[in-house]
Amino acid sequence: MDWLDAHLIPALDGVAYGMLLFVVAAGLTLAFGSGGVLNLAHGTVYAMGAYIAADIGDGSWGMLVLALAVGAAAGATSGGVLAVAVAPVARRGHLDQALLTFGIALVGGDMLVSYFGADQRQVAVPKALEDSVTIAGHQYPTYRLAFIGVAALLAGLGYWLLVRSTAGAAVRATTDDPEMVAALGLSPRVVHTATLVVAGALAGGAGVLGAPIITPSPETADTVMLWSLIIVVVGRLGSVLGALFAAIAVGEVQTLGVVLAPDLAPYLLFGAMGIALLVRSGSGILPEFAARARVLATRARALKGGGA
Amino acid sequence: MNTRLSAVIAMSSRYGTVARRAALAVVVVWLLVLPQLVDTYTLVLATQALVFGLLAVGVGVLTGHAGLATMGQVAPYAVGAYTTAWLTRHDITAGLLQLPAAALAGALFAAVTGIVVIRARGVVALMLTLAVGELTATAAVQWKEFTGGSDGVSTPPARIFPGGAELFDDQDIYLYVLVVALVVAGITALVLRSPAGLLLAGVRDNEDRMRAAGHPVDRYLLLTYTGAGAISGISGALLMTYARYVSPQDVGFDISALALLAVVIGGVRSTAGAFAGAGLIVFTRDKLGNWWPGHAPLFLGILFLIAVYLLPNGAAGVAQQLRSLADRMGLRVPGLVPRTPAAAGAGDGTVPASGAPVPEEADAR
Amino acid sequence: MTDLLTVTELTRSYGSFVALDRADLTVAEGARHALIGPNGAGKTTLLNLIAGTDLATSGRIAFAGRDITWQRPHRRSRGGIARTFQHPSVVPVATVLDNVLLGAWHHHTAAPWRRAGRRRIADDCRAILETVGLTGLEHRQAGELSHGRRRMLDLAVALAGRPRLLLLDEPAAGLTDADVTVLLAVLRDLSDDVAVLLVEHNLDVVAAFARTVTVLHHGRPLVTGTPAEIQADPAVREAYLGRRKVAETA
Repeated sequence: MDWLDAHLIPALDGVAYGMLLFVVAAGLTLAFGSGGVLNLAHGTVYAMGAYIAADIGDGSWGMLVLALAVGAAAGATSGGVLAVAVAPVARRGHLDQALLTFGIALVGGDMLVSYFGADQRQVAVPKALEDSVTIAGHQYPTYRLAFIGVAALLAGLGYWLLVRSTAGAAVRATTDDPEMVAALGLSPRVVHTATLVVAGALAGGAGVLGAPIITPSPETADTVMLWSLIIVVVGRLGSVLGALFAAIAVGEVQTLGVVLAPDLAPYLLFGAMGIALLVRSGSGILPEFAARARVLATRARALKGGGA
Repeated sequence: MNTRLSAVIAMSSRYGTVARRAALAVVVVWLLVLPQLVDTYTLVLATQALVFGLLAVGVGVLTGHAGLATMGQVAPYAVGAYTTAWLTRHDITAGLLQLPAAALAGALFAAVTGIVVIRARGVVALMLTLAVGELTATAAVQWKEFTGGSDGVSTPPARIFPGGAELFDDQDIYLYVLVVALVVAGITALVLRSPAGLLLAGVRDNEDRMRAAGHPVDRYLLLTYTGAGAISGISGALLMTYARYVSPQDVGFDISALALLAVVIGGVRSTAGAFAGAGLIVFTRDKLGNWWPGHAPLFLGILFLIAVYLLPNGAAGVAQQLRSLADRMGLRVPGLVPRTPAAAGAGDGTVPASGAPVPEEADAR
Repeated sequence: MTDLLTVTELTRSYGSFVALDRADLTVAEGARHALIGPNGAGKTTLLNLIAGTDLATSGRIAFAGRDITWQRPHRRSRGGIARTFQHPSVVPVATVLDNVLLGAWHHHTAAPWRRAGRRRIADDCRAILETVGLTGLEHRQAGELSHGRRRMLDLAVALAGRPRLLLLDEPAAGLTDADVTVLLAVLRDLSDDVAVLLVEHNLDVVAAFARTVTVLHHGRPLVTGTPAEIQADPAVREAYLGRRKVAETA
């Protein structure tokens, strides 16, 4: 019980982190799934939302709502711009797309710093959520708790949208078989653009709401992008539910992991990503190792048989 | 065609046309006299570009020749740099000892990580190498006794020979780095133009065919990955020679992305192009970045966009278009197998001239 | 004749789909053996498993008395198994001659790393190119060749491997009649030391070439016999020929 008591707060923080990262990564995984775009500018959109929250937010509810609207709109716009930018190189493979979106991230990051300044910003939280609540005898910031609730709601909504709605069906179908979708009279490019717009809005909105948790600074974009990438890979590319579990795992590594195993935790994130790639990459890395193990076993048996 | 002329072309084609060799010679001479031509600041930038260019050469070997796009070549680079730092702090300051040690360390590191990496292709390879690079950067932060943690580690100046004079002067450092970079890049280019280049082209373009013909593809790739690790390790050693400082910041994922950009700008299969791309990046980041302080990322970002939109085959692609024009005019370039006079005659006579470039330079990204 | 290749209870499944279902097959030394069957019968899967391009789910493959079930493809190639691919498989950026050189690389007594050795190998490669009718195209890029010529190059690369067992995956598909004639001539001229296992839809080619025919159906060998026996077999007619004009086999 003591153990649980001592680690309750980091564990809860991990959930808050994880939920935030999930909202960001869900957009990344959608974009990769439907259009095959490895969008390295995704973290920049989050950073933009966070800067907007820091700039507009003044601790009132009205301004938070305004910031959310602006952030989501700006995010959606960036998604649209990205869709247009990527279209000419859509057939040229992942490397060119990755380089292109990385270039866009650099340009976007520079614009953010020019406009909002290079300092780390503190973000005002609505007054009603400024206090702490008491959970099992621990003080916990109300905002984080509220955020967990909002993010859970968003996650539920996103899951419903993708898995149950017609629009979601179109996105998933585009992932699996773009020609089929085209044959049904639905342009894969429209679906793809819409996905990037929604993904941008999600990241922008997440930036606004998450600004008090992962604060805006020039490093934010890279950090969020790399963590999202880990989540997308660990949670299996294109899978929303997988991304949710992976996001919470990443959040917990950042919080609980640092408390429990400070020396090991930093390696866990990219380590997990590497292992996930090995386990399920289409190139069959593990089956090949298994086959080699069988060859060795056969040889060993043959040697034994020869000696007897 | 005049027989003597065709003989000359056949002879020189193994190492490129006469014109290309002349151009290369001019560039090398220009690089050698550069200290007399430019101010110290530019010379330091040129040194930086050479070191970064050598890192890009390693990236190019993997991305362009082996077909494994890599975002993690900073890893063996970091291993080379930290190994050199460790050696220097233990009074092994001679470059002639540091370079092989850093190459060996980079190669060993690549040989171990390569067992896993070479099995991936495409975007999986890109992300797997990214994971390797980031794990190495994490280790650079965590393993403080060896790396100095996030503060980094700085070292006293190196020497070329044991007991020689310290490499302190910017000109001396530049020339040292230049010679090492040229030698390593030259060896790399020669290996890639040897039959090894043909084997790699086969692996890159048709792996299943190569396996079915008896080629141990995994072994080729692991060997290439290890070699690229050695190149990057040497690049890391040179970083310590000129900067005398390394921190996890120097081996971050953005450096890998820039190295990849350098290769894309220069043409993924051109060794000289990797240096040209690296030079352009350093120039953009530091010269233009100084001109409008704080906005280096903007210029680099624009460079990425230009490279992807306007140079689908890199600068070398433009050169290749010129070459294929020359081919069409009858100056055909044969493949790896030396042509017998009979075959050469048949090739020039009966077969319509095709725009066929030399295999190792054919740039079909 | 002794058996060169023995396939026992070989199964390959992809998830719930079973492409090959406990298949047994023997190929004799010097055989001229054809695998026929409707699309999806598992012919290419079987060929891929024998060549090592794909790995079996269960079962056993023995070649020249050795278990090669888990052997990697390049080892099988060195052991004497060569193959062509359903979609002609060449290295597009390399020249025609270099493609064949790559095929001979590990199968020639001369050292490919030395210039003189390469010259000797190249001479043999030119001879192979001549037999498949690609003389004069040595220095063309393989990627520029027409489909039919690529197929012949694929065959040349396989022949350069000096195989004891040659696996041909639909070698006549997409060839002109003239090319088919060349192909049949090449196959006819093969030494009796080479066993050929051929997957083919063109039954004229099968009739002209094969001495043994195995019919695959739903991932299992249905029947094996001479071309005449197969033609007469009622089960085959039902499973396979029933859907085609019988005249085609004549």
